[in-house]
This record gives sequence, C-alpha cells and structure tokens, in this order.
Amino acid sequence: MQWSSAGEFLAMGGYGLYVWGAYAVTAVIMVAEVIALARRARTLRAKSSRSADAGVD
Amino acid sequence: MSWFRYSSPQSFYPLAGKMVPWFFTLAALLGLAGLYIAFFVAPTDFQQGDAYRIIFIHVPAAWMSMLIYAVMAFWAGIGLVFNTRLSSMMAHALAPTGALMTLIALWTGSFWGRPTWGAWWVWDARLTSELILLFLYLGYLALVAAIDDPRRADKASAVLALVGAINVPIIYFSVQWWNTLHQGSTISMTRAPSMASIMLIGMLVMVFAFWAYSIAAALMRVRCEILEREHHSAWARKLEDI
Repeated sequence: MQWSSAGEFLAMGGYGLYVWGAYAVTAVIMVAEVIALARRARTLRAKSSRSADAGVD
Repeated sequence: MSWFRYSSPQSFYPLAGKMVPWFFTLAALLGLAGLYIAFFVAPTDFQQGDAYRIIFIHVPAAWMSMLIYAVMAFWAGIGLVFNTRLSSMMAHALAPTGALMTLIALWTGSFWGRPTWGAWWVWDARLTSELILLFLYLGYLALVAAIDDPRRADKASAVLALVGAINVPIIYFSVQWWNTLHQGSTISMTRAPSMASIMLIGMLVMVFAFWAYSIAAALMRVRCEILEREHHSAWARKLEDI
C-alpha cells in the first residue's frame, strides 16, 4: 500500500483534479448509458405487450 | 443446430438477453480488479507521478473506440452485401457505444495532457484523427436517424461506415507516420512493452473490462433495435420478458 491516508489517496500526488476528473466523467458516461438503455427497453416492452393485448399495432 | 439460426432477429433476441447479464458481471469483476491494481498495486510513475494513472481508462477507451468502429463497419458491410437485417441492426447498436468510448478517450486524454503537456488540447495527428472518429460516429448516427425507411438507412449508413473505416488505421499509425506530441504505442507486436509489467497487467485487465462492458451495452441496444423494427410481427407481440 502506497497511501498513508485517505487524503493522500484523494490528492493523487497533486494530480487529484486530473485523475478524478477523468475517472468521474468515465463512470458517469457508462452508468448513464446503461440507465438510458434499461429505460428504453422497458418502454419498448411495455408498448409491445400493450399492442399484444389490444391485438393491434 | 446451425449458427445461422441466430442470424434471425427473432432467435437472436432471447439469446442476446441471456448474454447481457453475463457480460455486465464480467465487466464489473474485471473493472474492480483493474481499478484495484490501478490505484493500490501499481506504483507511482517516476516521471509523471500519479497523473499517469489515467492510462488505465484512457488506453482501454481509445482501443475500444477503434475496435468498435471496425466491428461496426464489418457488420454494416455484411448487411450491405448479404442484405441481412440483423447485421445492420448490430451496426446501429454499436455506434452510440463507440461514440461514447471515443468521447471518454478524448476527455481522459485531455485530463492527462493538461498536467503532462501543459495543454488540454493540441492539433496533433493522433488527437485530430481521434476527433474525426467521433465525427464519423456522430455522422453515422445522424444519417441513420435522418432516413425514414430503415432498409434505405441501413444501406446509406453502411457506405458511410465503410468509407470512414480508412480512419482507423490512420489513428493507429498516426504516432509513427507523423511527428506527434502524443507518445508512441505502449504495446507493440515487434518489441517488448515500454512499461512496467504490473502497470501493463492493470491496463490489460481494464481493456477486457471495457470490452465486456461494450458487448453488454451493444447487446442491450440491439434488443431495443429489434423490438422497434419488428414490433409489427407476430413473435414480437407475444413477448413476455424473454
């Protein structure tokens, strides 16, 4: 282990802004993509089961 | 059983649904292992300090941005030649994930360039060709969205994807062909990797994590594409969470 404290870990040797700025945006993009896809799939499934019930498009 | 069975949207839809959770699980496990190596095992770089730790997401995203484009162009080409619906849907499903990977590569590169080069952005051959890749993805998506008839959209966008594929080797070799500020490739087929082995292992674990994530996201999206296009057909109406 090279970090003696949580503060030192967050500081990243003075590059904290750059390291965490890069990682945070990457995480946000990936999580947002999955959430958007799950919502799209749910809406589509609801729509297709509704049209199946009605027997029309 | 023939593998061609799965070239029909109807039989691929449930198969893709079964594969999605497996690839997300794989991505999460590899991602956790990779992040552990990235932050707790890999030592501080003697030249770049801890800023270099951006490499563990920058290189995987950059590789995926190029790989996804190549795979997308491949499926678009298959769809164009053999007129297979599922191939074109696969190409459409890959494009947004590829565009996001390109965005991540550019963003993390920018956050790495500022502390090491002193600039968020330079018009270097590597950076510029990667930016062009982002525009190719966006142009592809815009073209698909602009044409109402899905079969015509498949064909027109396939031509764009194939022509744009020329950019992928340009990105890859840009650091050799031009005198770039961007460093040369970290891993090469012809010589030993130019980085410490634990850093290399962490980076490769992250590459596989990004790869599994991209497959899972693309499969989720292709299921949506299939439902949108096939919702008139009898099988799609009978769907009960498969």
